[in-house]
Amino acid sequence: MSDKPSTMAAPAQALPDERGRYGGFGGRFVPETLMQALYDLEAEYLKIKGDPAFQAELEALNHDYAGRPTPLFRARRLEEALRTRAHVYLKREDLCHTGAHKINNTLGQGLLTKRLGKPRVIAETGAGQHGVATATVAALLGFECDVFMGVEDMRRQEPNVFRMRLLGTRVVPVESGSGTLKDATNEAMRDWMARVTDTHYIIGSVVGPHPFPMIVRDFQTVIGAETKRQVLEREGRLPDWLVACVGGGSNSIGLFHPFYADRQVKFVGVEAAGEGIASGKHAATISAREVGVFHGSRSYVLQTDDGQIKPAHSISAGLDYPGVGPQHSFYAATGRATYVSATDDEALEAVEQLCRAEGIIPALESAHALAHLKKLAPQLKDGDIVVVCLSGRGDKDVPTLRERLKID
Amino acid sequence: MNRIDSLFARKRAEGAKSLIIFLSAGYPDLPTSVELAAACAEAGADLIEFGVPFSDPIADGPTIQRSSAIALQRGVTLNKILAAVPEIRKRTAAPVILFGALNPFLHHGLEKVVREARAAGADGFIIPDLPPEESGEFESICRAEEMAMTHLLAPTSPPERRRLVAKRSMGFLYYMSVKGVTGARKDLPPDLADNLRQIRALTDKPLAVGFGISTPEHVRQGAAVADAVVVGSAAINLIGQYEGKPELLGKVRDYVASLAGALK
Repeated sequence: MSDKPSTMAAPAQALPDERGRYGGFGGRFVPETLMQALYDLEAEYLKIKGDPAFQAELEALNHDYAGRPTPLFRARRLEEALRTRAHVYLKREDLCHTGAHKINNTLGQGLLTKRLGKPRVIAETGAGQHGVATATVAALLGFECDVFMGVEDMRRQEPNVFRMRLLGTRVVPVESGSGTLKDATNEAMRDWMARVTDTHYIIGSVVGPHPFPMIVRDFQTVIGAETKRQVLEREGRLPDWLVACVGGGSNSIGLFHPFYADRQVKFVGVEAAGEGIASGKHAATISAREVGVFHGSRSYVLQTDDGQIKPAHSISAGLDYPGVGPQHSFYAATGRATYVSATDDEALEAVEQLCRAEGIIPALESAHALAHLKKLAPQLKDGDIVVVCLSGRGDKDVPTLRERLKID
Repeated sequence: MNRIDSLFARKRAEGAKSLIIFLSAGYPDLPTSVELAAACAEAGADLIEFGVPFSDPIADGPTIQRSSAIALQRGVTLNKILAAVPEIRKRTAAPVILFGALNPFLHHGLEKVVREARAAGADGFIIPDLPPEESGEFESICRAEEMAMTHLLAPTSPPERRRLVAKRSMGFLYYMSVKGVTGARKDLPPDLADNLRQIRALTDKPLAVGFGISTPEHVRQGAAVADAVVVGSAAINLIGQYEGKPELLGKVRDYVASLAGALK
């Protein structure tokens, strides 16, 4: 059955090592209160990773509930619009249940929570997509669920706030700091410290202390594993380019990781340049190349001369984060992936272009990857194969798009 | 001998317990926080934890989050705090520990910050997000400079972690009385004394207890087993209440004296 999803097809690399390190990045930089919970989580995770019954349960949910495998769509009219003779494919994570790739991780961690025997889950959310995906799985599996969300994001993403509440989740407004994703993450970690014995923290990206970046990556590698099989079926060879947006970096790691050993496949991560890198109002963490410890791991981070975390800026709430997953920092430091950035305006243009060319409304996050594709097009050779991860759909962005695109 | 080791050696010889007060450096402003440190020491605090604010603290409750945020808004930096420590040192012989999240120290440079802190008259560090698994390099630097790197223990630390942390902690061992973040609480957990006794049995190192301690009665309960008791958020709340008022130092002095009195 060639179309059956394989959820855990990560190649056997020693990433991370036993200390949770990806080269010099990663680790477990958390208060002592959480240390044992991280070890317990890792032990339980390693058990289920090799447990065929667990994997079968997850595959069944991915297939019957989330709608996997997601299609790989050849975007021929977009190719024409970009005047390229390369083959451009979109990996349609936007067609997943709840509208983004986030469900891949929350289904996996939801089943893991069952194994841990904990009745309550918490999550942080920026755009609200991870919050909705967590609320969805909490409803499906019968957990009590609290989602922490910055007040600024609650304003920007009101429809998702309502969706979470509709699903029976309590949305906890976070007023501290800039009222965005980083502050919601702080508050989720604080809650976890107080209730670590009865609560699992379903972190939404490949960030945080070990083993979270590894667990989230593994559940997201379903994206890359399917892509690999689908491209091989269509083209009889591996792709030349993989392009995905990077906030914390879960859809991009999910796409890239299964191709790690295929050195001919070039990875391009696209960060949010906001109003432009020079303006200082951006979320291009890797482009800034400053190492720090933030939210439990050592990675690149946006920070001041005093080592304080700088608020990020992006039109896309899902990329509006001043940190990035340690595996991305490792890819950047070793040159395995290239990291570039796209501005708010470039992302908006890319939304409009994909809508008109293919009848697909992409999420603003994913539009950053599309914006880079436009810049990449002139370098592409005839017959090059490019896969862009369309990590989510743009329905949630309608209020922002209406305001900024002035189509009415 | 490091001032922290001398303090606990002396107290042990006297059969006495110690009071540790946490202050947010730069709250309500840097000169006042220096005055407050001196006032606390005069009123009976044996050791001062001088909190280095961080923009995104995960171990702090609302009180210290707020004091940190205000300190940062008012322009405090690690460099300015390091420059203020000698002012405290001029006024008191009490040990001073820099307490804060790793990133500002890391960004400053670990070796640099340890050397500068020592030169300024500080005696050690507590870095809640630097557990023993990650602290090897920092401990070596501290050891070379005769500075203490004190580790924390939590109610969620099982016996093998208690042993690991007890072995690695320098100066003393800091037990967090509750799961969760810093902050004054009405009651201490019922199993506190049991937990402290179990840890006491693992190590000869001085044992301090903190998190949630706010009243003289809490101080008495903690000191019944531990060698030292830490009060933080409750002092910060009081400072917040009298910020900008002439009676600030007097109120804090009286409060610290009442806590110190509970140790007699």
